[in-house]
Amino acid sequence: MFKLVKQLTSLVAMFAVLFAFSTETMAAKKSKTLENTKKRGFVRCGVSQGLPGFSNADESGNWTGIDVDVCRAVAAATLGDATKVKFTPLSAKERFTALTSGEIDILSRNTTWTLSRDADIGLTFVGVNFYDGQGFMVRKGSGIKSTSEFKNGTSVCTNLGTTTELNMRDFFDSRGISYEPVVFEKADEVVAAYDAGRCDTYTTDKSGLAAQRTKLSAPDDHVVLPETISKEPLGPVVRQGDSVWEDIVRWSLNTMIEAEEYGVNSSNADMMKTSNNPAIKRLVGAEGELGAAFGLDNDWNLRIIKQVGNYGESYKRNIADTGILPDRGPNELWTKGGILYVPPAR
Amino acid sequence: MNNIIKKFLPQILAILFVVLIFGFLTINAQTNMDNRGIDFGFGFLSQESSFDVQFSLIEYSGSDSYARAFLVGLLNTLLVSFISIIFCTILGVIIGVARLSSNYLIKNSAAWYVEFFRNIPLLLQIFFWYYAALRALPLPEKANAWFGVTYMTVKGYYIPAMVWENLNVFLYCGLAAIISIIILRNYANNLRDNKGKQIPVLLYSLAILIILPLLSFLIGGVSLEFELPQLKKLSKISYIYEGGISLPPELIALVLALSLYTSTFVAECVRAGIEGVSKGQKEAAASVGLTPNQVLKLVIMPQALRIIIPPTTNQYLNLTKNSSLAAAIAYPDLVLVFAGTALMQTGKAIEIVSITMLTYLTISLTIAAIMNWYNKKIEIKEK
Repeated sequence: MFKLVKQLTSLVAMFAVLFAFSTETMAAKKSKTLENTKKRGFVRCGVSQGLPGFSNADESGNWTGIDVDVCRAVAAATLGDATKVKFTPLSAKERFTALTSGEIDILSRNTTWTLSRDADIGLTFVGVNFYDGQGFMVRKGSGIKSTSEFKNGTSVCTNLGTTTELNMRDFFDSRGISYEPVVFEKADEVVAAYDAGRCDTYTTDKSGLAAQRTKLSAPDDHVVLPETISKEPLGPVVRQGDSVWEDIVRWSLNTMIEAEEYGVNSSNADMMKTSNNPAIKRLVGAEGELGAAFGLDNDWNLRIIKQVGNYGESYKRNIADTGILPDRGPNELWTKGGILYVPPAR
Repeated sequence: MNNIIKKFLPQILAILFVVLIFGFLTINAQTNMDNRGIDFGFGFLSQESSFDVQFSLIEYSGSDSYARAFLVGLLNTLLVSFISIIFCTILGVIIGVARLSSNYLIKNSAAWYVEFFRNIPLLLQIFFWYYAALRALPLPEKANAWFGVTYMTVKGYYIPAMVWENLNVFLYCGLAAIISIIILRNYANNLRDNKGKQIPVLLYSLAILIILPLLSFLIGGVSLEFELPQLKKLSKISYIYEGGISLPPELIALVLALSLYTSTFVAECVRAGIEGVSKGQKEAAASVGLTPNQVLKLVIMPQALRIIIPPTTNQYLNLTKNSSLAAAIAYPDLVLVFAGTALMQTGKAIEIVSITMLTYLTISLTIAAIMNWYNKKIEIKEK
């Protein structure tokens, strides 16, 4: 009798342990951020304060740009509607705090992926949506053709809180040139000061230089020097600690790039459901159960392609057609001589 | 017993409440930081900063530590506050006295000045001075020399640098002059109190202040040379001045905006102080035979200062805190260098923001302490 009670209790204890264990694995599969996003009805996305081609608002407050499209893709995947995004413009200085404090859920703001940012400050980079590098812009009339012509005492305008500040120091120090850094919090202030002649050169990522050049009073009087002094892989960032949300954002971006690779775009996506290629069928949700891994339905990737388009469409719409950087350079697919290469969606 | 409880219970409860709130905030911050994989610590202060700063009062480069970058920012904040406090005081006293003038034009222009500058937000004024000045000032190669040797350009105000020989002898002479002036003043006060004799202290003090340092040049082996700014070509169309000292336009715009804005408040304090001394005092002083100068110096000012100092202290504190708007126009103050660049590069938001807050608190409390000491000194001492 006594033995039976003992056996019973151990049995109950064992079930209890099993039960506790199974609820825990259930919890791990769930994403707090996804749940909250669905409850709220929109994706909270941190963007720049206005960088044409990447994230820029028009007069009526509509945001466009390739960074904006990443957030729209996530909204299409999770909520079924690419317009359900609330954009928060952030300065370079504010961006990481806004993300780690939970004010936004995705930071898609031309942010460079570096070791210390990834490891140190509670952030996780999910991929690269633009390969960039730091360059210099000077006045055409200065006759400067290369960065090797910079002399002691050059004043340099740039943005606060960026990798630019560090690269600039590496660049000038390694060449033994003394320089005067003039550092502003907002990009518009940098442009205004450079335009007024406060600085001899303006340095930031080359894509940024091309975009900001359009804001100068006489854009044609300025040139971007050919040298690239740093690697700047720009990409979306999420908070550390929600691996499901991290995967959703990563694969939303990857879906756009892979769609371009397989020639799937916003106008032919529905027809591709009957394609002979299984890889394409997986990409439009006609085969496999890819969405289940994130707790999404099976049309998540089809919606991204239909509502936002593939990476090539996004690039053409935002960067090439606006005249910022017509040449895709390294941001071409690996199959066409660029370095855009994403893991397969299967 | 009942009394003791009545007296201490509310205070103990209040302390408990404060401790609990702080405890809750600390624990909450700690768990949230743990959850997000952020660690807390001040070790970063000794790491290499690896960024440069535009303008610094001490030697600094990217290979120095974050602690030194903090010091650079702090000194720049103190510099801009110190200069602006001096300017706003001088300007404020002049405008405040002008508002009491019997001349219609002077009185009204002073009133307009006050109403205009104190009613426009400071940040707008800073932007105005910075961008308006940047747009209006000439490029270095087109600048005209002011006073023959200084150049006001879009890249900064270039002034000659002083190259001293035997600077310490000169400084000792200056110190000696100040000490002898203090001794002279005490002697003159004693003379006045005991024998009723007056000597022209101001005249003698000025003489000492000029003659002693002059002697150091003549027989002390002190010499002073000026290094003039020279135009240097950077590229086909851009120039810069080398040699001499360059004051960045950011510093100048900030000092201008801060002093003009704060001087309006100081002017109102001065006006309040002077008007606060009753008319009878002035009339009584005149009737015992004091000259108008003596009335102002011996009767009005000592009483007016008591009213002026406390609110002016507030204005000095405001000015120092307002100097943090520097970040908007790229002046490398504490906020821009430390709470800006350093915070971004390390990601230590809580640590850096608390250090910055404590620093401003310390600066403000120090200014308050100095002004309180001065206020105590000029208080009416009843004999």
